[in-house]
Amino acid sequence: MKPIFATSTSLQLRLFFAVIASFSLIIFDSKFDSFSNVRLYLNTAVSPLIYAADIPSEMLKGVSNTVVTRRDLKKQVKEQKDKLFVQQVQLLEFKHLKEENNRLRALLNSPVHSDQRKLVAEIITVNSDPFSLQVVINKGSLDGIYIGQPVLNEQGVVGQIVDVSTTYSRILLISDITHGIPVRVQRNDIRAIANGSGELNSLNLPYMPHSTDIQVGDVLVTSGLGGVFPEGYPVATITEFTYQIGQPYAQVEAKPVVALERIRYVLLVWDDEESKSTTDTNKEAVL
Amino acid sequence: MTPANGRFKLILTLILALLLTVLPVPEPLDSFRPDWVLLVLGYWCMALPYRVSIGYAWMTGLTLDLLLGAPLGIHSLALSIVIYIIVMNHRLIRNISLWQQALIVGFLAMLNKLIIFWAEKLLFDISITPMYLWSILSTMLIWPWIFLILRKIRRQFAIR
Repeated sequence: MKPIFATSTSLQLRLFFAVIASFSLIIFDSKFDSFSNVRLYLNTAVSPLIYAADIPSEMLKGVSNTVVTRRDLKKQVKEQKDKLFVQQVQLLEFKHLKEENNRLRALLNSPVHSDQRKLVAEIITVNSDPFSLQVVINKGSLDGIYIGQPVLNEQGVVGQIVDVSTTYSRILLISDITHGIPVRVQRNDIRAIANGSGELNSLNLPYMPHSTDIQVGDVLVTSGLGGVFPEGYPVATITEFTYQIGQPYAQVEAKPVVALERIRYVLLVWDDEESKSTTDTNKEAVL
Repeated sequence: MTPANGRFKLILTLILALLLTVLPVPEPLDSFRPDWVLLVLGYWCMALPYRVSIGYAWMTGLTLDLLLGAPLGIHSLALSIVIYIIVMNHRLIRNISLWQQALIVGFLAMLNKLIIFWAEKLLFDISITPMYLWSILSTMLIWPWIFLILRKIRRQFAIR
Protein backbone atom coordinates (compact mmCIF):
# COMPACT_ATOMS: atom_id res chain seq x y z
CA MET A 1 0.00 0.00 0.00
CA LYS A 2 1.53 3.26 -1.08
CA PRO A 3 0.85 6.23 1.14
CA ILE A 4 -0.72 8.89 -1.06
CA PHE A 5 -1.09 11.77 1.36
CA ALA A 6 1.38 13.34 3.73
CA THR A 7 4.40 12.20 1.74
CA SER A 8 5.37 15.57 0.34
CA THR A 9 5.60 17.23 3.73
CA SER A 10 7.65 14.39 5.16
CA LEU A 11 9.83 14.60 2.07
CA GLN A 12 10.55 18.24 2.77
CA LEU A 13 11.28 17.38 6.36
CA ARG A 14 13.65 14.66 5.24
CA LEU A 15 15.41 17.06 2.90
CA PHE A 16 15.73 19.53 5.76
CA PHE A 17 17.34 16.89 7.98
CA ALA A 18 19.61 15.72 5.17
CA VAL A 19 20.83 19.26 4.51
CA ILE A 20 21.40 19.93 8.22
CA ALA A 21 23.24 16.63 8.59
CA SER A 22 25.39 17.34 5.52
CA PHE A 23 26.35 20.81 6.71
CA SER A 24 27.24 19.59 10.19
CA LEU A 25 29.33 16.80 8.64
CA ILE A 26 31.14 19.31 6.41
CA ILE A 27 31.90 21.53 9.40
CA PHE A 28 32.88 18.68 11.74
CA ASP A 29 35.05 17.01 9.14
CA SER A 30 37.00 20.08 8.12
CA LYS A 31 37.28 21.93 11.43
CA PHE A 32 37.67 19.31 14.16
CA ASP A 33 40.67 17.00 14.26
CA SER A 34 39.00 14.57 16.62
CA PHE A 35 36.67 13.58 13.79
CA SER A 36 39.53 11.74 12.04
CA ASN A 37 38.84 8.73 14.26
CA VAL A 38 35.31 8.45 12.91
CA ARG A 39 36.71 8.86 9.43
CA LEU A 40 39.08 5.97 10.03
CA TYR A 41 36.17 3.62 10.72
CA LEU A 42 34.11 4.92 7.80
CA ASN A 43 37.08 4.63 5.43
CA THR A 44 37.67 1.08 6.56
CA ALA A 45 34.05 0.27 5.82
CA VAL A 46 34.38 1.37 2.18
CA SER A 47 37.86 -0.08 1.63
CA PRO A 48 36.56 -3.16 -0.26
CA LEU A 49 35.18 -0.81 -2.92
CA ILE A 50 38.56 0.95 -3.27
CA TYR A 51 40.32 -2.36 -3.74
CA ALA A 52 37.64 -3.61 -6.14
CA ALA A 53 38.07 -0.49 -8.27
CA ASP A 54 41.78 -1.19 -8.49
CA ILE A 55 41.29 -4.77 -9.84
CA PRO A 56 41.07 -3.86 -13.58
CA SER A 57 44.29 -1.87 -13.57
CA GLU A 58 46.00 -4.60 -11.55
CA MET A 59 44.89 -7.10 -14.19
CA LEU A 60 46.21 -4.86 -16.98
CA LYS A 61 49.50 -4.63 -15.12
CA GLY A 62 49.55 -8.44 -14.84
CA VAL A 63 48.93 -8.78 -18.59
CA SER A 64 51.67 -6.32 -19.49
CA ASN A 65 54.03 -8.18 -17.16
CA THR A 66 53.37 -11.53 -18.83
CA VAL A 67 53.76 -10.33 -22.42
CA VAL A 68 57.26 -8.93 -21.82
CA THR A 69 59.76 -10.72 -24.06
CA ARG A 70 62.66 -12.70 -22.71
CA ARG A 71 65.16 -10.39 -24.34
CA ASP A 72 63.62 -7.32 -22.71
CA LEU A 73 63.71 -9.02 -19.33
CA LYS A 74 67.34 -9.99 -19.73
CA LYS A 75 68.20 -6.45 -20.71
CA GLN A 76 66.27 -5.11 -17.74
CA VAL A 77 67.99 -7.45 -15.30
CA LYS A 78 71.40 -6.47 -16.62
CA GLU A 79 70.59 -2.77 -16.32
CA GLN A 80 69.31 -3.22 -12.79
CA LYS A 81 72.40 -5.23 -11.79
CA ASP A 82 74.71 -2.54 -13.12
CA LYS A 83 72.74 0.13 -11.34
CA LEU A 84 72.77 -1.82 -8.09
CA PHE A 85 76.51 -2.30 -8.35
CA VAL A 86 77.19 1.40 -8.81
CA GLN A 87 74.84 2.30 -5.99
CA GLN A 88 76.36 -0.23 -3.63
CA VAL A 89 79.77 1.33 -4.19
CA GLN A 90 78.26 4.75 -3.56
CA LEU A 91 76.68 3.39 -0.41
CA LEU A 92 80.09 2.44 0.98
CA GLU A 93 81.20 6.02 0.56
CA PHE A 94 77.95 7.22 2.06
CA LYS A 95 78.35 5.06 5.16
CA HIS A 96 81.79 6.49 5.71
CA LEU A 97 80.52 10.04 5.28
CA LYS A 98 77.62 9.40 7.60
CA GLU A 99 79.86 8.18 10.38
CA GLU A 100 82.15 11.13 9.89
CA ASN A 101 79.20 13.50 9.90
CA ASN A 102 77.84 12.00 13.12
CA ARG A 103 81.23 12.33 14.79
CA LEU A 104 81.52 15.96 13.70
CA ARG A 105 78.01 16.69 14.91
CA ALA A 106 78.85 15.08 18.24
CA LEU A 107 81.89 17.38 18.48
CA LEU A 108 79.61 20.38 17.90
CA ASN A 109 77.10 19.07 20.46
CA SER A 110 74.41 18.95 17.77
CA PRO A 111 71.86 16.12 17.78
CA VAL A 112 73.05 13.16 15.71
CA HIS A 113 70.83 12.10 12.78
CA SER A 114 69.65 8.58 13.41
CA ASP A 115 68.12 6.11 11.00
CA GLN A 116 64.43 6.53 10.34
CA ARG A 117 61.91 3.77 9.95
CA LYS A 118 60.82 3.52 6.31
CA LEU A 119 58.15 1.63 4.40
CA VAL A 120 57.47 1.26 0.68
CA ALA A 121 53.85 1.54 -0.49
CA GLU A 122 52.26 1.16 -3.89
CA ILE A 123 49.78 3.56 -5.44
CA ILE A 124 46.22 2.29 -5.89
CA THR A 125 44.83 3.85 -9.04
CA VAL A 126 41.39 5.18 -8.16
CA ASN A 127 39.62 8.32 -9.22
CA SER A 128 39.64 11.13 -6.65
CA ASP A 129 37.86 14.35 -5.89
CA PRO A 130 38.47 16.62 -8.93
CA PHE A 131 39.16 19.63 -6.70
CA SER A 132 42.06 18.19 -4.79
CA LEU A 133 45.26 16.44 -5.81
CA GLN A 134 45.38 13.15 -3.96
CA VAL A 135 46.58 9.61 -4.48
CA VAL A 136 45.66 6.46 -2.57
CA ILE A 137 48.25 3.97 -1.34
CA ASN A 138 47.88 0.36 -0.26
CA LYS A 139 49.10 0.77 3.33
CA GLY A 140 47.01 1.95 6.27
CA SER A 141 46.88 2.30 10.02
CA LEU A 142 47.61 -1.41 10.44
CA ASP A 143 51.09 -0.62 9.09
CA GLY A 144 51.42 2.28 11.53
CA ILE A 145 50.61 5.07 9.09
CA TYR A 146 49.34 8.26 10.71
CA ILE A 147 47.82 11.53 9.53
CA GLY A 148 50.50 14.09 8.76
CA GLN A 149 53.14 11.51 7.90
CA PRO A 150 55.65 12.66 5.24
CA VAL A 151 55.71 10.77 1.93
CA LEU A 152 58.76 10.70 -0.34
CA ASN A 153 59.98 8.79 -3.35
CA GLU A 154 63.40 8.26 -4.89
CA GLN A 155 63.32 11.74 -6.45
CA GLY A 156 62.09 13.86 -3.58
CA VAL A 157 59.05 14.91 -1.57
CA VAL A 158 55.63 13.68 -2.75
CA GLY A 159 53.26 14.94 -0.06
CA GLN A 160 51.77 13.96 3.27
CA ILE A 161 49.11 11.60 4.56
CA VAL A 162 45.74 13.26 5.12
CA ASP A 163 43.39 10.34 5.56
CA VAL A 164 43.89 6.80 6.82
CA SER A 165 41.87 3.62 7.01
CA THR A 166 43.10 0.27 8.26
CA THR A 167 44.23 -0.90 4.82
CA TYR A 168 44.65 2.17 2.63
CA SER A 169 45.50 5.83 3.06
CA ARG A 170 45.35 9.02 1.07
CA ILE A 171 48.27 11.29 0.22
CA LEU A 172 47.79 14.99 -0.32
CA LEU A 173 50.31 15.95 -3.00
CA ILE A 174 52.56 18.98 -2.44
CA SER A 175 50.95 20.82 -5.36
CA ASP A 176 47.44 20.66 -3.88
CA ILE A 177 46.00 24.11 -3.27
CA THR A 178 45.67 23.49 0.49
CA HIS A 179 49.23 22.25 0.90
CA GLY A 180 52.21 24.30 2.03
CA ILE A 181 55.72 23.08 2.75
CA PRO A 182 58.57 24.93 4.47
CA VAL A 183 61.63 24.93 2.20
CA ARG A 184 65.04 26.53 1.86
CA VAL A 185 67.11 27.26 -1.21
CA GLN A 186 69.91 24.72 -1.34
CA ARG A 187 72.41 27.24 -2.71
CA ASN A 188 72.13 29.94 -0.04
CA ASP A 189 69.74 28.72 2.71
CA ILE A 190 67.05 31.33 2.06
CA ARG A 191 63.89 30.11 3.78
CA ALA A 192 60.45 30.16 2.18
CA ILE A 193 57.11 28.40 2.09
CA ALA A 194 56.15 26.56 -1.10
CA ASN A 195 52.39 26.55 -1.52
CA GLY A 196 50.57 24.26 -3.91
CA SER A 197 48.91 25.93 -6.87
CA GLY A 198 46.21 23.35 -7.55
CA GLU A 199 47.99 22.38 -10.77
CA LEU A 200 49.98 19.18 -10.59
CA ASN A 201 53.31 20.60 -11.75
CA SER A 202 53.52 23.98 -10.13
CA LEU A 203 54.17 25.47 -6.70
CA ASN A 204 54.40 29.12 -5.76
CA LEU A 205 56.42 30.92 -3.13
CA PRO A 206 54.44 33.84 -1.73
CA TYR A 207 55.80 36.91 0.07
CA MET A 208 59.28 36.89 -1.44
CA PRO A 209 60.77 40.42 -1.65
CA HIS A 210 62.09 41.24 -5.11
CA SER A 211 65.61 41.65 -3.75
CA THR A 212 65.73 38.00 -2.64
CA ASP A 213 68.61 36.08 -4.14
CA ILE A 214 66.65 33.38 -5.92
CA GLN A 215 67.44 32.36 -9.48
CA VAL A 216 65.69 30.18 -12.00
CA GLY A 217 67.05 26.65 -11.59
CA ASP A 218 67.67 26.87 -7.85
CA VAL A 219 66.80 23.71 -5.99
CA LEU A 220 64.46 23.95 -2.99
CA VAL A 221 64.91 21.39 -0.22
CA THR A 222 62.82 20.80 2.88
CA SER A 223 63.97 22.99 5.76
CA GLY A 224 62.55 20.73 8.46
CA LEU A 225 61.04 23.74 10.20
CA GLY A 226 57.38 22.73 10.08
CA GLY A 227 58.09 19.56 12.02
CA VAL A 228 56.30 17.42 9.43
CA PHE A 229 58.93 16.79 6.78
CA PRO A 230 62.48 15.62 7.57
CA GLU A 231 65.21 18.05 6.62
CA GLY A 232 67.14 18.11 3.37
CA TYR A 233 64.95 16.32 0.81
CA PRO A 234 64.56 17.98 -2.60
CA VAL A 235 61.13 19.51 -3.21
CA ALA A 236 61.17 21.63 -6.36
CA THR A 237 63.24 23.70 -8.76
CA ILE A 238 62.55 27.37 -9.41
CA THR A 239 61.06 27.94 -12.85
CA GLU A 240 60.12 31.60 -12.67
CA PHE A 241 61.24 34.66 -10.75
CA THR A 242 59.66 37.86 -11.98
CA TYR A 243 59.10 41.23 -10.41
CA GLN A 244 56.64 43.81 -11.61
CA ILE A 245 57.11 47.40 -10.57
CA GLY A 246 54.38 48.40 -8.14
CA GLN A 247 53.89 44.92 -6.79
CA PRO A 248 55.04 44.42 -3.18
CA TYR A 249 56.42 40.93 -3.76
CA ALA A 250 58.11 39.01 -6.53
CA GLN A 251 56.28 36.24 -8.32
CA VAL A 252 58.17 33.02 -7.70
CA GLU A 253 57.11 29.70 -9.18
CA ALA A 254 58.66 26.28 -8.86
CA LYS A 255 58.19 22.85 -10.40
CA PRO A 256 58.15 19.79 -8.12
CA VAL A 257 61.18 17.54 -8.48
CA VAL A 258 58.98 14.45 -8.42
CA ALA A 259 57.00 13.69 -11.58
CA LEU A 260 53.74 13.70 -9.63
CA GLU A 261 51.60 12.47 -12.54
CA ARG A 262 53.38 9.13 -12.78
CA ILE A 263 54.41 8.03 -9.32
CA ARG A 264 53.91 4.31 -8.68
CA TYR A 265 55.81 3.61 -5.48
CA VAL A 266 56.28 5.90 -2.53
CA LEU A 267 58.32 5.79 0.65
CA LEU A 268 56.75 6.52 4.01
CA VAL A 269 59.05 7.91 6.66
CA TRP A 270 58.60 7.81 10.41
CA ASP A 271 59.92 10.82 12.22
CA ASP A 272 62.27 9.43 14.88
CA GLU A 273 62.01 12.59 16.98
CA GLU A 274 58.30 12.02 17.29
CA SER A 275 58.68 8.35 18.25
CA LYS A 276 61.32 9.43 20.76
CA SER A 277 59.11 12.10 22.30
CA THR A 278 56.15 9.71 22.48
CA THR A 279 58.30 7.16 24.28
CA ASP A 280 59.46 9.96 26.58
CA THR A 281 55.89 10.88 27.43
CA ASN A 282 55.12 7.19 27.88
CA LYS A 283 57.96 7.00 30.36
CA GLU A 284 56.64 10.01 32.16
CA ALA A 285 53.22 8.48 32.26
CA VAL A 286 54.70 5.32 33.74
CA LEU A 287 56.60 7.30 36.34
CA MET B 1 5.49 -8.90 -0.92
CA THR B 2 8.13 -8.44 1.72
CA PRO B 3 9.44 -4.92 2.20
CA ALA B 4 12.95 -6.18 1.36
CA ASN B 5 11.75 -7.11 -2.14
CA GLY B 6 14.73 -6.68 -4.45
CA ARG B 7 16.58 -4.46 -2.03
CA PHE B 8 19.75 -6.45 -2.55
CA LYS B 9 19.64 -5.98 -6.33
CA LEU B 10 18.83 -2.32 -5.94
CA ILE B 11 21.81 -1.75 -3.66
CA LEU B 12 23.98 -3.81 -5.99
CA THR B 13 23.25 -1.44 -8.88
CA LEU B 14 24.16 1.48 -6.64
CA ILE B 15 27.43 -0.18 -5.61
CA LEU B 16 28.20 -0.79 -9.29
CA ALA B 17 27.59 2.90 -9.97
CA LEU B 18 29.93 3.85 -7.11
CA LEU B 19 32.59 1.51 -8.48
CA LEU B 20 32.31 3.03 -11.95
CA THR B 21 32.77 6.45 -10.37
CA VAL B 22 36.12 5.58 -8.77
CA LEU B 23 37.34 3.25 -11.52
CA PRO B 24 40.53 4.64 -13.07
CA VAL B 25 40.23 5.54 -16.77
CA PRO B 26 42.76 7.10 -19.17
CA GLU B 27 43.28 10.81 -18.61
CA PRO B 28 41.47 12.13 -21.75
CA LEU B 29 38.33 10.15 -20.93
CA ASP B 30 38.33 11.15 -17.29
CA SER B 31 36.56 14.47 -17.77
CA PHE B 32 33.84 12.72 -19.78
CA ARG B 33 33.03 10.25 -17.01
CA PRO B 34 29.22 10.24 -16.63
CA ASP B 35 27.76 10.89 -13.22
CA TRP B 36 26.95 7.20 -12.69
CA VAL B 37 25.61 7.59 -9.17
CA LEU B 38 23.18 10.33 -10.17
CA LEU B 39 21.98 8.27 -13.16
CA VAL B 40 21.29 5.09 -11.20
CA LEU B 41 19.96 6.78 -8.09
CA GLY B 42 17.87 9.11 -10.22
CA TYR B 43 16.27 6.20 -12.04
CA TRP B 44 15.33 4.38 -8.84
CA CYS B 45 13.93 7.54 -7.30
CA MET B 46 11.84 8.19 -10.37
CA ALA B 47 10.60 4.60 -10.57
CA LEU B 48 10.13 3.89 -6.85
CA PRO B 49 9.85 7.31 -5.17
CA TYR B 50 8.17 5.87 -2.07
CA ARG B 51 11.05 3.53 -1.43
CA VAL B 52 14.18 5.20 -2.67
CA SER B 53 14.50 8.86 -1.84
CA ILE B 54 16.53 11.21 0.29
CA GLY B 55 17.71 8.57 2.80
CA TYR B 56 19.32 6.53 0.04
CA ALA B 57 20.70 9.67 -1.59
CA TRP B 58 22.33 10.82 1.63
CA MET B 59 23.96 7.47 2.39
CA THR B 60 25.18 7.05 -1.19
CA GLY B 61 26.57 10.58 -1.13
CA LEU B 62 28.45 9.85 2.08
CA THR B 63 29.97 6.70 0.58
CA LEU B 64 30.96 8.72 -2.48
CA ASP B 65 32.66 11.31 -0.27
CA LEU B 66 34.64 8.57 1.44
CA LEU B 67 35.60 6.91 -1.84
CA LEU B 68 36.70 10.15 -3.49
CA GLY B 69 38.42 11.57 -0.43
CA ALA B 70 36.26 14.69 -0.57
CA PRO B 71 35.30 16.55 2.61
CA LEU B 72 32.51 14.49 4.18
CA GLY B 73 28.98 15.70 3.52
CA ILE B 74 29.55 17.44 0.21
CA HIS B 75 28.18 14.78 -2.12
CA SER B 76 25.45 13.90 0.39
CA LEU B 77 24.29 17.50 0.33
CA ALA B 78 24.26 17.74 -3.47
CA LEU B 79 22.62 14.36 -4.03
CA SER B 80 19.94 14.99 -1.37
CA ILE B 81 18.87 18.22 -3.06
CA VAL B 82 18.89 16.78 -6.58
CA ILE B 83 17.03 13.64 -5.52
CA TYR B 84 14.46 15.79 -3.74
CA ILE B 85 13.74 17.54 -7.03
CA ILE B 86 13.41 14.20 -8.84
CA VAL B 87 11.09 12.68 -6.23
CA MET B 88 8.90 15.80 -6.14
CA ASN B 89 8.50 15.71 -9.92
CA HIS B 90 8.58 11.96 -10.53
CA ARG B 91 5.13 11.91 -12.20
CA LEU B 92 6.17 14.57 -14.65
CA ILE B 93 9.51 12.96 -15.44
CA ARG B 94 7.92 9.53 -15.98
CA ASN B 95 5.51 10.83 -18.58
CA ILE B 96 7.86 12.59 -20.96
CA SER B 97 9.98 11.06 -23.72
CA LEU B 98 13.42 9.62 -23.07
CA TRP B 99 15.21 12.51 -24.78
CA GLN B 100 13.31 15.09 -22.77
CA GLN B 101 14.18 13.10 -19.66
CA ALA B 102 17.82 13.24 -20.76
CA LEU B 103 17.62 17.03 -20.88
CA ILE B 104 16.23 17.16 -17.35
CA VAL B 105 18.90 14.72 -16.16
CA GLY B 106 21.53 16.96 -17.75
CA PHE B 107 20.15 19.95 -15.91
CA LEU B 108 20.15 18.01 -12.63
CA ALA B 109 23.70 16.79 -13.23
CA MET B 110 24.75 20.40 -13.68
CA LEU B 111 22.98 21.38 -10.47
CA ASN B 112 24.72 18.51 -8.68
CA LYS B 113 28.13 19.60 -9.94
CA LEU B 114 27.52 23.25 -9.10
CA ILE B 115 26.41 22.47 -5.53
CA ILE B 116 29.55 20.37 -5.05
CA PHE B 117 31.71 23.14 -6.47
CA TRP B 118 30.03 25.77 -4.35
CA ALA B 119 30.36 23.72 -1.15
CA GLU B 120 34.05 23.05 -1.79
CA LYS B 121 34.55 26.70 -2.67
CA LEU B 122 33.35 27.57 0.84
CA LEU B 123 36.11 25.40 2.27
CA PHE B 124 39.01 25.89 -0.14
CA ASP B 125 40.17 28.53 -2.58
CA ILE B 126 39.45 26.49 -5.70
CA SER B 127 38.51 27.56 -9.19
CA ILE B 128 36.33 25.91 -11.80
CA THR B 129 37.52 24.78 -15.22
CA PRO B 130 35.30 24.13 -18.25
CA MET B 131 36.62 20.53 -18.20
CA TYR B 132 34.67 20.02 -14.98
CA LEU B 133 31.35 20.50 -16.78
CA TRP B 134 32.00 18.30 -19.83
CA SER B 135 30.71 15.22 -18.04
CA ILE B 136 27.19 16.71 -18.02
CA LEU B 137 27.06 16.01 -21.77
CA SER B 138 28.05 12.35 -21.37
CA THR B 139 25.60 11.98 -18.47
CA MET B 140 22.80 13.22 -20.74
CA LEU B 141 23.79 10.97 -23.62
CA ILE B 142 23.95 7.84 -21.51
CA TRP B 143 20.67 8.39 -19.65
CA PRO B 144 18.39 6.60 -22.17
CA TRP B 145 20.50 3.44 -22.03
CA ILE B 146 20.74 3.47 -18.25
CA PHE B 147 16.98 3.97 -18.13
CA LEU B 148 16.30 1.00 -20.42
CA ILE B 149 18.78 -1.30 -18.64
CA LEU B 150 17.49 -0.47 -15.17
CA ARG B 151 13.87 -0.76 -16.29
CA LYS B 152 14.66 -4.24 -17.60
CA ILE B 153 16.27 -5.14 -14.29
CA ARG B 154 13.30 -3.73 -12.39
CA ARG B 155 10.75 -5.69 -14.45
CA GLN B 156 12.81 -8.87 -14.55
CA PHE B 157 13.14 -9.07 -10.79
CA ALA B 158 9.79 -7.37 -10.07
CA ILE B 159 11.35 -4.76 -7.81
CA ARG B 160 8.64 -2.39 -6.69
